[in-house]
Amino acid sequence: MSLLGTLARLEAVRSGRAEPLATVRHRHLSDRPLVLVPLAAAAEDGAPLAVLLGTDRSAPRLHIVPQPLNRGQRYAFLAAFADDLLPYLESCAAEVERIEGSEKDPQTGEKIPTFRELSADAPQLIVPNPGAAQHLALLGRATRFRRTAEDPDPGRYPAPTQVPLLGRWLTHLTDRAKVPGSSLLLPMTGLLARHWATGQSQLEDQHLGAQLAWHEPPSGLSGAEAARLVESGRDERGQLLHPPAGPTTDPRFDEKLLAPAIGRYDAALAALRHAQDEDGPESPRAQSAQASAERAVEQLRALLTEVLLPTWHDVWRGLDLLRTLPPAAHLPERWESDRWSFTGHRERVAAGEPPQPRRDDAVTAARKLAQREREQVRTDVQEALDDPLAMAERRLAGEAFSGEVTELVPDWDTSGRTPKPRPLLTVRTADHPHADLGREVHRAGGPAVQKAVITAVDPEQGLITVRVASGMGRKKEPEPGSLPAVGERVTFTLFELTARQSAPLPEPDDTPWTHGGPPSATQDSPTTAEEWE
Amino acid sequence: MNVTRTEQIVHAADPARRLAALRGGAEQRGLDARALAALAANPGCRRRALLDAAGVDKTALADRLGQPAPFGRSPFAIARGNIFEARLKADGCAALLDPLRSRLGLPAEDDAPLRVPDLLPRSTPAARAERTARALAEAVAEPAAWTLLDHPMLRLTVAGSPAYLEPDAVVMRGGRCTVVEIKSFPVLDGVADPAKVGAAARQAAVYVLALQEAAEHRAGARAGGGPYEARELPGSPETSVLLVCPKDFGNRPTAELIDIRRELATTRRQLARMTRIEELLDALPPGTSFDLLPDAGGQPTRPVVELTAAVEAVPAAYSPECLSSCELGFHCRSQARCEGAVEQLGRGVRGELGSIRTVGEALAAASGGAPLGDEAAARLGYAAALRAEALGVPATAMAGAVAG
Repeated sequence: MSLLGTLARLEAVRSGRAEPLATVRHRHLSDRPLVLVPLAAAAEDGAPLAVLLGTDRSAPRLHIVPQPLNRGQRYAFLAAFADDLLPYLESCAAEVERIEGSEKDPQTGEKIPTFRELSADAPQLIVPNPGAAQHLALLGRATRFRRTAEDPDPGRYPAPTQVPLLGRWLTHLTDRAKVPGSSLLLPMTGLLARHWATGQSQLEDQHLGAQLAWHEPPSGLSGAEAARLVESGRDERGQLLHPPAGPTTDPRFDEKLLAPAIGRYDAALAALRHAQDEDGPESPRAQSAQASAERAVEQLRALLTEVLLPTWHDVWRGLDLLRTLPPAAHLPERWESDRWSFTGHRERVAAGEPPQPRRDDAVTAARKLAQREREQVRTDVQEALDDPLAMAERRLAGEAFSGEVTELVPDWDTSGRTPKPRPLLTVRTADHPHADLGREVHRAGGPAVQKAVITAVDPEQGLITVRVASGMGRKKEPEPGSLPAVGERVTFTLFELTARQSAPLPEPDDTPWTHGGPPSATQDSPTTAEEWE
Repeated sequence: MNVTRTEQIVHAADPARRLAALRGGAEQRGLDARALAALAANPGCRRRALLDAAGVDKTALADRLGQPAPFGRSPFAIARGNIFEARLKADGCAALLDPLRSRLGLPAEDDAPLRVPDLLPRSTPAARAERTARALAEAVAEPAAWTLLDHPMLRLTVAGSPAYLEPDAVVMRGGRCTVVEIKSFPVLDGVADPAKVGAAARQAAVYVLALQEAAEHRAGARAGGGPYEARELPGSPETSVLLVCPKDFGNRPTAELIDIRRELATTRRQLARMTRIEELLDALPPGTSFDLLPDAGGQPTRPVVELTAAVEAVPAAYSPECLSSCELGFHCRSQARCEGAVEQLGRGVRGELGSIRTVGEALAAASGGAPLGDEAAARLGYAAALRAEALGVPATAMAGAVAG
C-alpha cells in the first residue's frame, strides 16, 4: 500500500466512511454485465455447489448441485450453467467491426491490406471476490478436457457437449483476468478497493459485505461498526445475518442447515429408488416419493438462494457505486484489447483448436508474462494520465512533478542546416522528483507527445528548468499552442508515457531445446483418466 | 549450593502451578502444531503466548468477551479428510511407503514387515506421549522393519511449558523417521497452492523439532551441528517431510518429499525467541485469572468487565493477520481500534509511518501539525497536500476537519 493509500485509510477511520482513491473510474463497465456468484462445496476442491447469475438484477437465475458428490448431478449442473452462460457470451459477438490492417507479403515484400473482424462488444463477468474467480478457473480446468458423446472415444462418462466449451471459456476469462487493466472478468472487492479506501486493512476488504458497509453504513453506525456487524452478526439460529460471498459457505451453515437438507434429499432419493424397485415406477408410492424428492430439491434451492441473494445484491450495489464515477479517458482503448481477446478466443474455438493446455509451453508462458508486464506499465501510465490522484502517487514517489510555468526562454539548436526550436521552460514546483541533470522527461496532458531534458534544478526555490526537445512542429518557430504559456500548470513525468515493446519471441514450434523444445501435442489430449471421483 | 538447587526446583515447578491457576477449573487445552506455527508467525504477542501456555480455551474466552471467533470446519470438509485418510491406509499404506522406498533407495517390491503399534488414542496426552516414546524406541531397535506411528503424541517444550503435538503419522525405517503430513488441498497438474504448502511445512517443522528433542532425550545427549544439519542420532527425524495430498480433482493420493530445513531453522529461532513464560507470569498483576467460572450448566458466570481487565493485563501484538489465525483476533482488533493504533490498517502501515503510532497523530501530521524534523510526518503532510490538490479540496479545509 502506498502512503497516499494509507492516508486515505486513515481519513476513512476518522470519517467512518470509505474515502475516494480515484477521481475517475479506471475499469470499463459494460452496459450489460453478467453478475455471477458461485458457491463451492467444501467436500471437494473445485466441486461446484451452486451459482447465481444473470444480467438483470431483479431476475437472478440459480443452478445447484443437490448432492455435491454426485458426478452425474455435477454434469447436469455444468450443462445448465453452460446453457445459461454461453448464449450471453455469444450475444456479445452479434455485431462486428471491420478493422483494416496491412500485412507484408512474404514473397514480394509489398504491403497488402487485410481486414479483420472485431467484435463490437465483449462479455463482462462480475464476481464478488478473487476467490470466486479462482473457483471459476478450477471449474474451467476440471471441465475443458472432458470428453463428450461426440468424441470418437467418449469414455465411460461422457459429458454433455457444452461442458468442455464452458470450461474453455471459463479458462479464457479467468486467464485474461490476470492481465492488468483488463475487464472481461472482474472481482468486485478489487474494483471497490481500487476506487475507495476503507478504514480497515486490505485483508478485511476481502469480505465484500464488510467492504460495502463502509460505503453506506446504516445511520448511527460508523463504517467499522457496520462492517463488524456484517462480518459476525448472527441470528437466533446461529446463522450469519450476512452470509460470506463465498465461494465457500460458512461452516455453521454447512453444519446446521446445508448438511441436513442434503441428507433429506438423499433420503428422499433412496425412498424413491426403493419405491420404484418394489412397486414399479408408476405406482402411487413412487409418485409420492418423486414429489417428496422434488420438494427436497426445492428446499435446497430456497436455502441456497437465501445465502446467495445478499451477495448478489452487494455486487449490484457495488456496480451502482462505480457508475457514479466518470469513466477514465483511456478506457475505450483498453476495452478494445479486451474485445480483441474475446474475438480471438471465439475464433480459436470456432476453428476447432484444442483446449488450452494444462501447462503453457515455454514460449506461450514467456509471451503471457511479457504481455502482463507490458499491460501493467500501460495501465499504470494511463491511470496516472487519467486521474490526478494516480498522478499524485507518482509525484509522491518522485517520478513526476507538477507546477506553474514561471519562464519560457526561446532558444534554438543551430547545429543542423536549419535551426530547430529548443526553448527553455522553468517550472516552480513543490514536488521533489529524482531530477538528475540531463534526464529525459515527458509532458503529461499536453497537446502532443513532448519530450524535454532537465537542464537545471534549484531545490531551494523549487525551480526545475527543462529544454523542450520535441512536439513543436517542423518549423523554426514552435507551433502556436504547442508550448505552455507562462502561468500555466504543467506536469512532467520521468517515466515514458507509452509501454515499450518487448523483444520478439520465437514461434512455439521453434522453442529451443534449452527451453524443453517444441511442445508435444500428446500430453494435453483430452482424457478420461482423471475423473471427479 | 544446596540452597540454590532447591530454589531452582521450586522455581521450575512454580510456573506450571501458576499457569494452572490462570486457567481455573477448566480443562487444559492442548497446544497443537497449528497454534504453534501461528504463534511463531507472531512471536511478539505475549497475550497469545501466555493464554496458549496456560491452555486456556480461547474460543470460550472470546465468546464470553462478546467477540466470538469465526472459525469452524465444515462437516463436509471433515468427512472428506476422513475419507482421504482412510484411502491412504488402504493396501498396507502403499501410498505412504512407495515414495519413501524410492527415497531410501529400497526396491519397490521390498517386503519388509509393517508394524503399526497401538498408541492408545483414547488416553491422556501425557500417557500417549509416554507410549509414543516407547514405540519410537522399539522402532529404533528394529531397523529392518517399517514402523508406522499413526497419530503419535509428541512433547515439545515451548517457552518453558510442555506442548503436546499430534502429527498425522510418523514412518520409521532403518533408524530414521519421516514425518508425514496429510492435507486435503489438491496438487493440480503437479502444482499446489504455495501458501498452503508453506503452512504445512511450518507445521511439519514443529513436529520435526519435537522428534529431534525426543531423539536427544533418548540418546541422553544434545546433538551438535548447526541449524541446517540433519542430526545424526538413532531415530532422529529426516529434514524432509512427506506431504500427502489428493491428486487433481479426485481422492487419489500423491506424495511429495518437501525439504523443510529453512522452516525448521526459522521455527527453532522463533520458538527460542519467545518470551519466557516466567517473565510473562511475573509481569501479571497478582490475582489475574482467566477462569470463566462456569455454572452447573456450563454457562460462564465470570463478569465480562473483570475478564476484559484480565485479558488487557497482557499486552497483545495485533495485526489484521490475527483475524484469520487467532480466536481473540476480533477482541484485539476492537481494542486496537479503541486505542486508534495504526496496526489496525495492516502490518506494513506501521513501518510506513515511522514513529507515528496512532491514527490521531498521523492525521495531525497530515494536516501539518507535526513537529519539524520528523521525516515520516513531513512525508505524510506532503502526501496530504497532494491528495487535497488532486481531489480539489483546499488543504486548509482538510486541516479544519482534523481540528473539528
